[in-house]
Amino acid sequence: MADSLKQYKPKKESLARHIRKNWRLYLFALIPIIYYVVFRYLPMAGNVIAFRKYRAGGPLFGVEWSGFKYFKQFIRDQSFWRAFRNTLSLNITYLAFRFPATLIFALLLNEIKNVHWKKFVQTVSYLPHFISMVIIAGMVRELLSTTGPINSLIVSMGGEPIQFIAKPDWFPTIFVGSGLWQGLGWGTILYLAAIAGISPDLYEAAEIDGANHFQRVWHITIPSILPTITTVLILDIGGLVGSGGSFEKVFLLYSPLTYETSDVVSTYVYRMGIGSGNYSYATAVGLFEGIINLVLLTIANIVSKKVTNSGIF
Amino acid sequence: MAKKKEDMYIPRRIHVSAAYRTFTVFNTILMIVISAVTLYPFLYLVAQSFSSERAIVAGEVGIIPVDFNVTTYVSIFKKGEFFHFYGNTIIYSVVGTFLSLLMSSMLAYPLSKKELRLNKFIGPFVIFTMYFGGGMIPNFVLMTKLGLRDTVASFILPGLIGTYYVILMKSFFQSIPRELEEAGQIDGLTQIGVFFRIVLPLSKAIIATMTLFYMVGYWNNWFNAFLYLDTREKWPVAYHLKQIISGTQTSNDPGATADAAQISANIKSCSMVLTAAPLICIYPFIQKYFVQGMMLGGVKE
Repeated sequence: MADSLKQYKPKKESLARHIRKNWRLYLFALIPIIYYVVFRYLPMAGNVIAFRKYRAGGPLFGVEWSGFKYFKQFIRDQSFWRAFRNTLSLNITYLAFRFPATLIFALLLNEIKNVHWKKFVQTVSYLPHFISMVIIAGMVRELLSTTGPINSLIVSMGGEPIQFIAKPDWFPTIFVGSGLWQGLGWGTILYLAAIAGISPDLYEAAEIDGANHFQRVWHITIPSILPTITTVLILDIGGLVGSGGSFEKVFLLYSPLTYETSDVVSTYVYRMGIGSGNYSYATAVGLFEGIINLVLLTIANIVSKKVTNSGIF
Repeated sequence: MAKKKEDMYIPRRIHVSAAYRTFTVFNTILMIVISAVTLYPFLYLVAQSFSSERAIVAGEVGIIPVDFNVTTYVSIFKKGEFFHFYGNTIIYSVVGTFLSLLMSSMLAYPLSKKELRLNKFIGPFVIFTMYFGGGMIPNFVLMTKLGLRDTVASFILPGLIGTYYVILMKSFFQSIPRELEEAGQIDGLTQIGVFFRIVLPLSKAIIATMTLFYMVGYWNNWFNAFLYLDTREKWPVAYHLKQIISGTQTSNDPGATADAAQISANIKSCSMVLTAAPLICIYPFIQKYFVQGMMLGGVKE
């Protein structure tokens, strides 16, 4: 009796036996796991060169310990703080526009009754998300060039052409504007998925109670997707310090003329490290950003779990 | 009878129409504006790529070509190297996507098995990489140390497995009824046999979505080429385009001085149009798979 029970409880199985029984599946996973070890965890360990002197062509993990030398260096460096400030202010400004804009756009899309028209607007607005950043940046440059359509419009109204791409004052506007242009439609997807999951019974009940369209949106749609809204917002806030996501765009649109407002941490890391060969220094900066990012995301996740019972971890 | 039905419906319509009709008009106009603003840059680029140098410099081009000509396109076609880079992109995308799909499913399938006890270590091990990574420099140093610089591997390997995609695939595999897999095992298939013969054929929807996400990722990638591919012949088209746009590379054919002004006026827009064209042409037909994939993730969240 006890014996047969044991047989049917896999939990009691020894680990060796469990692996032997499922060796094919474990073997299946082994190759991807090796990939993660080499291409994800080894670079993570490679961050150690932030604390060690790395010589180009020397060993992967550097040649000798240098302690916090490189951290002390960048903490005193004005250009690092400029990049840090720019990262924060570009991200915050973008979020301040993107968050309400995508939510409102999702709600408005949901109000379109004609299925074909709705499909059309969705298809068009999702399109820029799939276009390579190289092309997006190229488009921005063409549209904003001194002979481009925007300057033609300014000239035709009697103004002077503006060299948008070379003016630091314009960079945040260009960054946020092109971001909205590219991401507005795609940003609605999670909201639309959540809206699609709302039970029609709720709307019917509200209709019977005499709620008009706007009341139904306010009292049913928004409360129903509040968990999604909260999760999106909290995670966005958690990502405010990261500049990895904006690297490509900034890199393709900035120039020394606009560093003042355009240089972000990731582009700064690129220039210091790969550009000028200060590998250890750049790694220290990147590690600093990565750790702040991880901490913020963890906090955001804890808050998200508390508030909405849904986190990402 | 008919009258009674109207009685039931009319109050609702009247209730709706007053403010709501104004709103609908406003909403429709707004949607038209958003669609137009989204499409305008594309249309402008196409128009510019077919317009004369004079019209471009004078800023006369709108969404319709002015002084229609194809000089720059002809020069690109004659030179032919654009299509060499295009060929590279196609090879990298196809090989990369195939390997990505293989590796992602090799990881996602075991992870989808609740009875695998080691998953409680493998899962967090994989997911942690979404929130913390090596950063640009250690990755660059590693790639150099491995001797992979200037090889196709250095273009494909950094993004070979997308952790988020693995999670999407894992939850899809979990939704497949266990009975089907058990039936396969009774028929004598091994666990791997079950995956290839039973699970994979049932997973066409997720495979389609993943194929597209990975494919677009490789197609649009220029940064890995920028970091690692030193030999010009190996560049994908996106990186070639980056070089054209940043002006580090001009196409000054000494023999074609008459066309030089025209070419330099819209070589960028022509190249952008040629690079984006295939994706934009098939995009309307594949769009639903992208959305489907995201919905899967959204629901999971």
